[in-house]
Amino acid sequence: MGINDVILKTVAKAVVLIIFTFGIYLFLSGHNSPGGGFVGGLVLASAFVLMFLSYDTETVKDAIPIDFKKLSAFGVLLAVLSGLGPLLFGQNFLEQSFDYFNLPIFGKTEIATVLIFEAGIALTVVGVVVNIILSISEDE
Amino acid sequence: MQLLIFSILLPFLTAALIPLIRRRIGNFNIGWLVLFIPVLLFGFFASQIPMVSSRETLLSSIEWIPSLGINFTAYLDGLSLIMALLITGVGSLVVLYSIYYLSPTDSFPHFYAYLLLFMGAMLGVVLSDNLMVLYVFWELTSMSSFLLIAFWYHRKNSRYGAQKSLLITVFGGFAMFAGFLMLYAMTGTLSIQETAAVMGQLTEHALFYPAMFLILLGAFTKSAQFPFHIWLPDAMEAPTPVSAYLHSATMVKAGMYLVARFTPIFGGTSAWFWTITIVGLITLFWGAFCAIRQTDLKALLAYSTISQLGLIMSLLGMGSAALRYGNTEAGALYGLAIFAALFHLVNHSTFKGALFMVVGIIDHQVGTRDIRRLGGLMALLPVTFTFAVIGSFSMAGLPLLNGFLSKEMFFTASLNAASMPGLFSTSWGWLIPVIAWLASVLTFIYAMIIVFRTFLGNRDSKAVEKRPVEPPIGMLISPAILSILIVGLFFAPNLLGDHLLKPALEQLLPGISGASPDSIYAWHGVNTELLMTIGIVLIGSVLFITFDRWKGIFKIQPAGWTFNALYNYALASSENAASFVTRSYMTGRLHQYFFYILLFFIVSTGGTLLLSDALSISFVQDAPVSIYELMLVLVMIITAISILFTRSRLSAILMNGVLGYSISIFFVLFRAPDLALTQLVIETVTTALFLLCFNYLPEWKREPLPKRKKARNAVLAIAGGLVITLTGLSVNSADLFETISSYFQNSYELAGGQNIVNSILGDFRALDTMLEGLVLFIAGIGVYTLIRLKLKKEAGTDGD
Repeated sequence: MGINDVILKTVAKAVVLIIFTFGIYLFLSGHNSPGGGFVGGLVLASAFVLMFLSYDTETVKDAIPIDFKKLSAFGVLLAVLSGLGPLLFGQNFLEQSFDYFNLPIFGKTEIATVLIFEAGIALTVVGVVVNIILSISEDE
Repeated sequence: MQLLIFSILLPFLTAALIPLIRRRIGNFNIGWLVLFIPVLLFGFFASQIPMVSSRETLLSSIEWIPSLGINFTAYLDGLSLIMALLITGVGSLVVLYSIYYLSPTDSFPHFYAYLLLFMGAMLGVVLSDNLMVLYVFWELTSMSSFLLIAFWYHRKNSRYGAQKSLLITVFGGFAMFAGFLMLYAMTGTLSIQETAAVMGQLTEHALFYPAMFLILLGAFTKSAQFPFHIWLPDAMEAPTPVSAYLHSATMVKAGMYLVARFTPIFGGTSAWFWTITIVGLITLFWGAFCAIRQTDLKALLAYSTISQLGLIMSLLGMGSAALRYGNTEAGALYGLAIFAALFHLVNHSTFKGALFMVVGIIDHQVGTRDIRRLGGLMALLPVTFTFAVIGSFSMAGLPLLNGFLSKEMFFTASLNAASMPGLFSTSWGWLIPVIAWLASVLTFIYAMIIVFRTFLGNRDSKAVEKRPVEPPIGMLISPAILSILIVGLFFAPNLLGDHLLKPALEQLLPGISGASPDSIYAWHGVNTELLMTIGIVLIGSVLFITFDRWKGIFKIQPAGWTFNALYNYALASSENAASFVTRSYMTGRLHQYFFYILLFFIVSTGGTLLLSDALSISFVQDAPVSIYELMLVLVMIITAISILFTRSRLSAILMNGVLGYSISIFFVLFRAPDLALTQLVIETVTTALFLLCFNYLPEWKREPLPKRKKARNAVLAIAGGLVITLTGLSVNSADLFETISSYFQNSYELAGGQNIVNSILGDFRALDTMLEGLVLFIAGIGVYTLIRLKLKKEAGTDGD
């Protein structure tokens, strides 16, 4: 993917940041408004895809040294392990808990264990999508 | 007390630990570390003997999947304790022996990890009270046996033997699983204890006999009963410690355990009695008959194991009649057979374990196990010779050794079964002691072959180069302990009988007093049993000396007419059939695959729709269609049709994107923002993916198809669309079930989330989401591997 396009590269620099922010927002807000781990992960993945499209693979890999295979494996592991946690407290596998806390700046905030599970799913999605796209683009 | 469950899990935990510490402590020490586990467990189980001998049992349970009645329940009674002591006791000796047996080039970590896996699985089998848990451990023993037989996987025979044992035992395991499910359907409980309690009223149930035979199939395959015995000789490709442990002392006894455990459930019926007795007797005779002609010492021991397993099996069959007669004299007489079975089960483990270890020593020190090349080893290996004599003579049933006691009891039981009046006696009953006696003569002969052909006679110095010497002391300790047990059990059999066998028997035959003898005596006076033994020794000796004259008898069976040939034929023909079927439809043409998929979908879904009369279309409840929706539908129809007529791939991809985005607009219209968002992002990523692949795809050209095929494809495509549309409309119109969506509307109270969709994904149905994530991950790794594999292949061909 050695496209040499100044406009695309310049726009991508700004847009990638926006997409990342949006992806993280979607991931965090999924509990109470549209979003969630899956779609958040997909949006993050599309940011990576944009980067790979506008710059060449090597540059991006040097800048972001993440092994996406390992990232997806880590995501699956996190999702499965988050299910094992409740067993320690005598609950069923994958049973989620939540409670409300009063935090200094945010005020009354809900903290739910489902966030860990969703993080696992999001990381899996990012890892798998980027990994597939990278494998295909490297196949020459 | 959860210690019991922990004792099952301990070997698994240790096995998981081995890969982590293998580098740090080296080969030799792994063996010593592993040895600690069975010794510890043996100590634990031995400390339970006083409890069991005072007729108490131990129950320990953890909920696993309580909603399905599956609990991890461990139950320790007399029978389980006998098996657990055998597993850990023989296990300790085998681990000790194997430290010296394995050569430094073998992979110690693998060996011990598999061995521990087996040990834990076997303990799980004998201690589980829950049928499902028992089944899981049962299959785990098959798996670990497979791994251990194929330990020297570079040998073709090892792989063949491993596959054979796995295919046969897992086949039986599946049958047993079906039997368990039938039991569950009958009783509604998965606990063996509870099943036994309610089974008395269910003998007339339609599933009673199918369940019985399926479970017996599992027991027979595992315990190498005729005609499933063929896997055991091939399993001898495993290292000798494994053969001693799995394939003579413990795993093959799992079938015996199962039959004994289910005796209170099925026992007392004539089907149970005759099936087990007859199969056991045939196995007893056929195993002994085949053993004599073997020239490989391990193969000989394998057939002898088959034969002895048949003996125990037939005893369990005969003893089951006791349950029919209840607490009467006849019941007690039949019940003796089960006592004898349990006694012989222990004795067989001692003498066969010792014999396998002796053969392992011979193989290790001399370099061959072929009887034709061995001889005159007595002077060179005097200690090993002693163990061989003790083991073989015990197997032959000679006095002063424990085999004598259980063999006499076997004769008593078979004479009882033949002479008893009542339901189970037929005019053929006299055959039981006759077969028992004949097989014992054969047993005597092969026991003599082991001793005399190997250790006496002339040493063929040309065949064996190196002069054998006694092995290191570590290899002699284990057979020495077993030999001491063989002799010790003859002089003090009641120690075992009172503390273990009697409690076990009382649980298997509840309410029948007097089934177990007051105490075990070696000397009963001159009776039929003793005369039978004397006859065996006399006739057996004559036949052994004249063996060369009558061994032509083995040629009667034509070479191609064996069960092995049948197995090989079945395996080869099923492989051929499978590849023929696969080749016939895997043509490599994408449009043919689409044809199959669509056709299957139309026939199955459309057919169901028609046959079940589910086709109902009504627009009564539907909301009015708005102008936006109509416009979108129009756009989609036009796009879909124009895809058919595009001439370039790029425009087809883009139009496909239009379809996807239109769907997401539909989601917006129907107020499903989550779906719309996901659909939008997916569409974007997919289009990017398509564009990426664009470079690598071949030129897009239309395939010239004959008119008839084109028409066929058109019909299929339209029918596919029609089935989907009709299904969707029918689903929307029919009101078959009460809607469950009201439950999810409480998501804020139940899951703390206002987003219902997300609460369903992350909380209510989190297991689905987790598994979907897993599937996605596997698919990703699959794509990566496929592409990498192709790249590597290309690199490989470039290099040539």
